Amino acid sequence: MTDFVVIEAGSAPGLPAPVTPKNVPHRGGEVNPSAEALKAQFGAAIGRADVVWGETSVFIEAARALEIVRWLHDDPSQSYEYLSDVTAVEFRDRGQPIEMIWHLRSIKYRRFLRLKAQIAKGAPLEVPSVWPVYKGADWLERECFDMFGIKFTGHPDLRRILLWEQYAEGFPLRKDFPLRGRFSRAEQLRQALAANPEARYSMEELSIADAFAELPLDMRARIKGGETTGE
Amino acid sequence: MTTKRTIEVELSTSGLGHDGRPQRIPLVVGDSGGVALQAPPALEPDLEGEHMLINIGPQHPATHGVLRLVLELDGETVVRCIPHIGYLHCGFEKIGEYRQYNQIIPWTDRDDYLNCIGNNIAFSLGAERLFGIEITPRCTVLRVIGMELSRISSHLVWMGTTGIDIGAFTPFLWSFQERENIYNLLEGWVGARLTTTASRVGGMAADIPDGWLDGLRGFLRSFPKTLDECDRMLTRNAIWTGRTVGLGVMSPEEALNYGLSGPMLRASGVDYDVRKDFPYLDYETYDFEVPVGVNGDVYDRYLVRMEEMRQSVRIIEQAMVRLPDGPVNVDDPRVILPPKHKATSEMESMIHHFKNVMEGPRPPIGETYVAVEAPKGEKGYYMVSDGTAKPVRWRIRPPSFVNLAAIPKMVEGHLLSDVIAINASIDIVMGEIDR
Amino acid sequence: MGLIEAPTPNIVSVDPINGDGWITTRLDFLVNWGRANSLWPMPFGTACCAIEFMASAASKFDLARFGMERMGYSPRQADVLICAGRVPFKLAPVLRRIWQQMPQPKWAISMGACASTGGMFDTYAVAQGIDTIIPVDVYVPGCPPRPEALIYAIMMLQKKVVMKDRMSDMAARVEMEPDPTSQHYIPVSRIDKLSEAFGNSIPQTRSGQ
Repeated sequence: MTDFVVIEAGSAPGLPAPVTPKNVPHRGGEVNPSAEALKAQFGAAIGRADVVWGETSVFIEAARALEIVRWLHDDPSQSYEYLSDVTAVEFRDRGQPIEMIWHLRSIKYRRFLRLKAQIAKGAPLEVPSVWPVYKGADWLERECFDMFGIKFTGHPDLRRILLWEQYAEGFPLRKDFPLRGRFSRAEQLRQALAANPEARYSMEELSIADAFAELPLDMRARIKGGETTGE
Repeated sequence: MTTKRTIEVELSTSGLGHDGRPQRIPLVVGDSGGVALQAPPALEPDLEGEHMLINIGPQHPATHGVLRLVLELDGETVVRCIPHIGYLHCGFEKIGEYRQYNQIIPWTDRDDYLNCIGNNIAFSLGAERLFGIEITPRCTVLRVIGMELSRISSHLVWMGTTGIDIGAFTPFLWSFQERENIYNLLEGWVGARLTTTASRVGGMAADIPDGWLDGLRGFLRSFPKTLDECDRMLTRNAIWTGRTVGLGVMSPEEALNYGLSGPMLRASGVDYDVRKDFPYLDYETYDFEVPVGVNGDVYDRYLVRMEEMRQSVRIIEQAMVRLPDGPVNVDDPRVILPPKHKATSEMESMIHHFKNVMEGPRPPIGETYVAVEAPKGEKGYYMVSDGTAKPVRWRIRPPSFVNLAAIPKMVEGHLLSDVIAINASIDIVMGEIDR
Repeated sequence: MGLIEAPTPNIVSVDPINGDGWITTRLDFLVNWGRANSLWPMPFGTACCAIEFMASAASKFDLARFGMERMGYSPRQADVLICAGRVPFKLAPVLRRIWQQMPQPKWAISMGACASTGGMFDTYAVAQGIDTIIPVDVYVPGCPPRPEALIYAIMMLQKKVVMKDRMSDMAARVEMEPDPTSQHYIPVSRIDKLSEAFGNSIPQTRSGQ
C-alpha cells in the first residue's frame, strides 16, 4: 500500500531555480535543448524549431508523431512524462494547413515543448494517436475529433464526446462552421428534443452485451424487443 | 434461517481493515444473535453474474453539475464506468474566435465559475504575453491576492459539496459563510460577487478601494478559525475517514500518465505545482509550501486541499505586506483606454478610446500557452494570433476535464457509494469540462 | 414591474361571536396558501447560477425561510423547477423529461440570463432560453442573479400561487403535451401508474385525468 515514492519535479541535477519569465522576446531566445536532440534522433522527420514568446515549437512529420512522442517520453535525457494538451488550429487563411498541437512537459527537467504537425490541405485529417504513451490523451483526442473531425488512428474509442452522437451539423471549430450552427434555431431545437436522452444508455452499447446469453429470459426478451433500460 | 438486523458500528473505530480499506460489515446475522458474522447466503443461480446498469445524472445532486455516469454493477461493485459529458457544451472556444481579447475575459469567468478571478488573471497573463506587455509591480501583487482568494473560495465549495455528498452538511454552511466574506471583498473590489471579470489586458478593471485591505485582514483572521473547525470536525472523524481512506487510489506514475494535475496529482505523490515549477506573477519569491500526499486516495486529496487553503492564507499575508504603491495598469496606449475625463474632453483621447473599444488592440503574429495553477490543476490558455484583433484559436486546457477522464480507472472495483466520494474528490466543474 | 395586484376578496372571515378557533375561508385559498408557503424546489442547476443558488440556500440567505427547506432532487416530489444556468441543446431533452416527471401543479423559475434568453451564449450549442422547452413562470435577470434576486422571484411566485391558481380551473392543469410521435411521449395511463406510488393529499396523477 505504501510503496509510493514522491516524484520530485525539477529533480534533474544542476537545474537553475525557476523564475518568472520577464521581458520575453517575441522571436528568438533560448531554444529548448530537446529540439536539437529530436533533430539528431529523427533527422528528416523533424522540421524547423521556432521560439515564439519564449516557447519552443518543433514541427514534426504528422505520420511519425507517435514514435517521436514515445521517444520523448521514454528517453531518460528527455523524460517528457506529462502531456498537457492535445489540440488543433485551423487558420482563417484558407491556404494554411491545419496544425496539430501537442503540449508536453518534462517534470524532471522543467521543460515545456510544443510539437506541431501540419496536415496539408486536401490530405485526410489523420494523425496517430498518442494514447499508447499517455493515457491522458484519451479524452483530449476525442474532443479534438469532436471539434475538428481529425481522426486519431490507434485511438481505442474515438467518438464524439461533447456533442451528441447524432449531431448532424459538422465540426464546430472548423472555420467553415458558422458561429450559430448550420441549421435554424427551430431545427436545432427540434433535433435536440427528438434525440433520445437514453440513447447512450442502452444495454447494447455497453459491454453487457457480452453477457447477453447469461441474462435472465425476461430481460433478454425485453432487450430484443428494443426496450432500453430507462424509467 | 437468517434475519436482517442492523449492527451498530462503534464510531470510535476508524472503520478500516488491516489492508487500509474501509471495513464492510454484512448486515445479515444468524438467529442466535451471536457476534459471529456469517457470510451472506449464496445468490440464487439466476442472479449470479448478472450485471446491472445504473445511470447517475445528468441531473443528480452528487454529480456536481450535469455529469452523467453509466455504471455497470455486479451487485454493488462497479465493473465498468462510462462517463458522458458535454451536457454543458456551450462553444466557448468557438465564440472566442469572434471576440477581441478584452471581450473574452467575461467568458473566462464562466468556464470555471468557482475560480472566476483566477481565470480572468490567467487569461490576461496569456494575452499580455501575446502583446509583449510587462505588468506593473502593484498589479502583480494584486493578482496574486486575487488568485489565492479564488483558490480559497473554490476549495471551500469543494469542501462543502463533498461534505454533503459524504453525509456531512455542516461544512457546507460554514464554508458558504466564509465564501460570503470573499464575495463581499470581491464586490468591494470589482463590483460583482461571482463573475468578476476583474482583469484586463495590461492591468485590472479597478484598483482596490480604500480600506479594502482592512477587510481582507479581517477575513484572514476569521477564515483560519473556520478552517480549523472544519478540520477538527472532519479530519479525524470516523465516518469521514471510513468513506475516504483507500478510495480511488492513483499511483504517482499513473497519475502523471493520465495527465492529472493540481491536488489530484499532488495527493498521488508528484510534487508538481505550476507556481513552483513554471512560476508566474513572481510566485517564486513567496514563501509557501506545496503539500504532497503519499497514498493518492480521496482522503489525501482532502488533506492536500485543506493544506493548500492554509498556504494560500500565508501567500496573501505576504502579498499584503509587500503591496507597492503605483499604477495598476501599464502605460501602454495599445491596450489601455485613456482616462475618462480625457476621453470626453480631448479629441485624440476620444479617437484612441473609440479605436481601442471598437477595433480592439492587435497583438503581433504569434502564439502562447500560459498555464497557471488553478484550484483544480494546471489551467492553460493557448492563444494563436494572426495579427488581427481576434484570436484565431482560443483553447482552454481544462484541468478537471483531464482529471475526470481518469474516473473509470479510479472507480472500478469500488462500491457504488464510493463512486460519489471519488467523483467528489476530483473537484469537477462542468462549465470547465464541457466549455 | 411585478405582478398586477388582483383585488383581494374577503376570503378569510372569523366568526366574531362564538369564534373560538373557527375561521371560514375558501378551500382554494387555503390550499393555495399552503402550497405557496411550502414550495419544494427542484434545483436544475447547470452552471454559474447554481453556485448562486447554493449561496441562496446556504447560511446567509437561507431559502428555508420561504418553506423551501427541502430540496427535492427528485422531480417526482417537487413543485417548482428552478433552472439555474445555461441549457445547451444536449441538455434540452433532459430538462423536458424532468419537467414532465414533476407532478401537477408545478411552476418553473428561469434563473439567470442564459436560462431566460441564452444570454451571452449565442452559439451553435445553446438553446436560446428554456421557454423554448418548458413553460416558465418567473424570469430572473442577472448573470448570475444575486440571491436577493432569486428570493424576490420566489416571493413573486408565491404571490402567483396564492392568487392565480384555482383548483376548480381545469384549464390551468392542461399541460403542454409533446408530440406523440416523439420518443418523449409517455401514455397517460403509464404516467398515472408511475406516479401513484407517491400519492398523498395533493393529486399526484400528473395526467390530470
